Amino acid sequence: MEALWFWLIALSLAIYVLLDGFDLGAGALHLLLAKTDEEREQILASIGPFWDGNEVWLLAGGGTFFFAFPSPFSAAFSGLYLPLMVVLWLLILRGIAIESRHLLHNALWNPFWDVIFSGSSALLCIFFGAALGNVIRGVPLDSNGEFFLPLWTTFTPGPNPGILDWYTVLVALLATVALLHHGALWVAYRTHKPIENRALEAAKHLWIALTVLTPIVTLVSQYVRPGLFDNFGRYPIGVAFPILAIFGLTASRGSHKFLGSCAFLLGMLLSVVFSVFPSILPGIGNPGLTIHNGAASQYGLQIGLVWWIPAFLLSCAYAVFLYRRFAGKVDRPAAT
Amino acid sequence: MDSALGLHRLHFAFTITYHYLFPQLTMGLALLIFILKTLALRTGNPLYENAARFWTKIFGINFAMGVVTGIPMEFQFGTNWSRFSKATGGVIGQLLAMEGMYSFFLESSFLGILLYGREKVGPRIHWFASLAVFLGSWLSGFFIIATDSWMQHPVGHRIGPNGEIILDSLSALLLNPWTFVQYAHNMTASVVTASAVMCAVGAFYLLSNKHTEYGRLFLTIGVPAFALSSLMVAFPTGDIQGKMVAQYQPVALAAMEGHFDTKSGASLNVIGQPDVENQRIDNPITLPKVLSFISYGRWNAEVKGLNDVPRDQWPDNIGLLFYSFHIMVGLGTVMIALSLLSFLALRLKRLDTNKPLLWALLLAFPLPYIATTFGWMTAELGRQPWLVYGLLRTADGYSTRVSAGNTLFTLLGFLGLYALLSMLFLFLIQRELAKGPE
Repeated sequence: MEALWFWLIALSLAIYVLLDGFDLGAGALHLLLAKTDEEREQILASIGPFWDGNEVWLLAGGGTFFFAFPSPFSAAFSGLYLPLMVVLWLLILRGIAIESRHLLHNALWNPFWDVIFSGSSALLCIFFGAALGNVIRGVPLDSNGEFFLPLWTTFTPGPNPGILDWYTVLVALLATVALLHHGALWVAYRTHKPIENRALEAAKHLWIALTVLTPIVTLVSQYVRPGLFDNFGRYPIGVAFPILAIFGLTASRGSHKFLGSCAFLLGMLLSVVFSVFPSILPGIGNPGLTIHNGAASQYGLQIGLVWWIPAFLLSCAYAVFLYRRFAGKVDRPAAT
Repeated sequence: MDSALGLHRLHFAFTITYHYLFPQLTMGLALLIFILKTLALRTGNPLYENAARFWTKIFGINFAMGVVTGIPMEFQFGTNWSRFSKATGGVIGQLLAMEGMYSFFLESSFLGILLYGREKVGPRIHWFASLAVFLGSWLSGFFIIATDSWMQHPVGHRIGPNGEIILDSLSALLLNPWTFVQYAHNMTASVVTASAVMCAVGAFYLLSNKHTEYGRLFLTIGVPAFALSSLMVAFPTGDIQGKMVAQYQPVALAAMEGHFDTKSGASLNVIGQPDVENQRIDNPITLPKVLSFISYGRWNAEVKGLNDVPRDQWPDNIGLLFYSFHIMVGLGTVMIALSLLSFLALRLKRLDTNKPLLWALLLAFPLPYIATTFGWMTAELGRQPWLVYGLLRTADGYSTRVSAGNTLFTLLGFLGLYALLSMLFLFLIQRELAKGPE
């Protein structure tokens, strides 16, 4: 039962990354891909109806995490207090930028929000990547199963780590490149030339960076957390996840570019989740908080399934409905 | 308030108070927009459609503010109140996850259609989107109220062998009797806010002689809604809520009323300043026996005073609790009087020429915001010193690993960021009001 919830939460958060990932990536590339005001409006229109719904997957995944595994949830959120507060501020600024930019046409107003939107999107990619890096590296849990990490200490992943060290920054870099690549392919799919061409060009360069970074980060992870990949020996079925990632990375150069990128992100995330299983919040050199010592009561987990599964299917149905309604290229904004 | 506990409380109090300025409008306004969309679909009159479009824009700005200031609320359960989350996550986590899974998806998906999709979907689907947004936002309110109700009146759980709080019955948790009373009280208050704002905008257009056709329409719809909801906030919903507090939280009631000694036929302090050290109310205006009657329905019922309760169970800010309750009730009374008078004038077809009354409606728009804020302060200060009534003290619920310095840092960050948001919000709303519905 605990393992089932572990995978359901992983699935929700993976959906979050696939969906919000493209609008974060598109946001970070916004200033580079679109040169004129009309072009910038196209990029914003390409994510306009979706970004809020995409962000809801974060809240849904977080809420599910909260009720299924209360002690790892509360330890992680209080321990990562500072970066999460920064993430909140960035989410606020970004949401406001998207919703405010199109309300006025003004030589100061539009560029101002473009910079806020783009900057906050890029920083969010970096912070989410660093958070992932912290989970892989492990956090210094005390005897109460709690911790607190400063933003940085010595920038090395030793016994007294900070949120940012060379390893977590490297993971952040990979995550950012992956989301930029994802966003560029979304923009190419949804917008008209010449943005489409610029986005495809950017995606080509980002693809090369991804292909170089992915194996490097994988090897370094094994060094930072020895035994990280033991699960693959224990349950060889897990090899399906890295294969999915490699397949996706290849496909993202071919005819199904955006879907390929989705497969790549899904494969990478599930590979990480599979590697740390059954830990939810690994300690440094120990399994830390796992599905066995951190779960809610059996009754809660069982009854939760009764309402969670229909809600999940319903949410997927809304998402499919919305994405079909707004499928294809965005409307060209009327010439002004 | 310089201790870590004090700062964590202030952090949550500030961010939740600011956040709830927006949902209290959008939940009520979602209902009013749905009514306008229904009238538009039925009659085909473009006046209703334009009015709905105008209010949808106001709704959109408020909704965006509600979303961006709401995400920090969800996070803070874990970041600032980790001991509380660890102890109770297995119970209230169910409700908060349900909110995310059921209502946020409903709201956010259909709000996209309501705001951006007018030309993409037909009028029927667009009407349906307004219904979905209404249901989604009211469902969201339900889960939040259910969470708060469990903190006020915990049910559906048992205590495990090591003192842990374990969910025992999800249906008992969802059907907590406290939830339904507080939900009814809170949602009618949300309609008060939305209808008072609609009336104020209507009065503004009539007084400034702009968009007068719409000004009249806003009053025709706003004033009856304002009158009905203001009455219902007091009776029956507020009345039942008060009796429930008297039954389950007698010490909170005693503190709200500044009632120190247990008495039969206790009098109600309408106005006064509590002097907690000397256990008296300064400058009181009292109504004899009324407190007994409104609490228990009998003029001579005994009302428990603070002195019959150990000091360590007294709410820790009796002064603020007393004022919060009295400001809520006082402003509620003013709004009932104003809305009924306006309703009378509307029925006599004299409202749109009655300048003093229009001015009063225009200037009254902050009152529901203030009353609602103090209503929530009454509920939450009255719950002290407990975080979960009778189960977990507030002092045992915060994140002990997050220092006072870090909490102050992020509190200041939120203060600064929300100051900027406020300026932006006022600017954008002013723009929409100036453009008008045409």
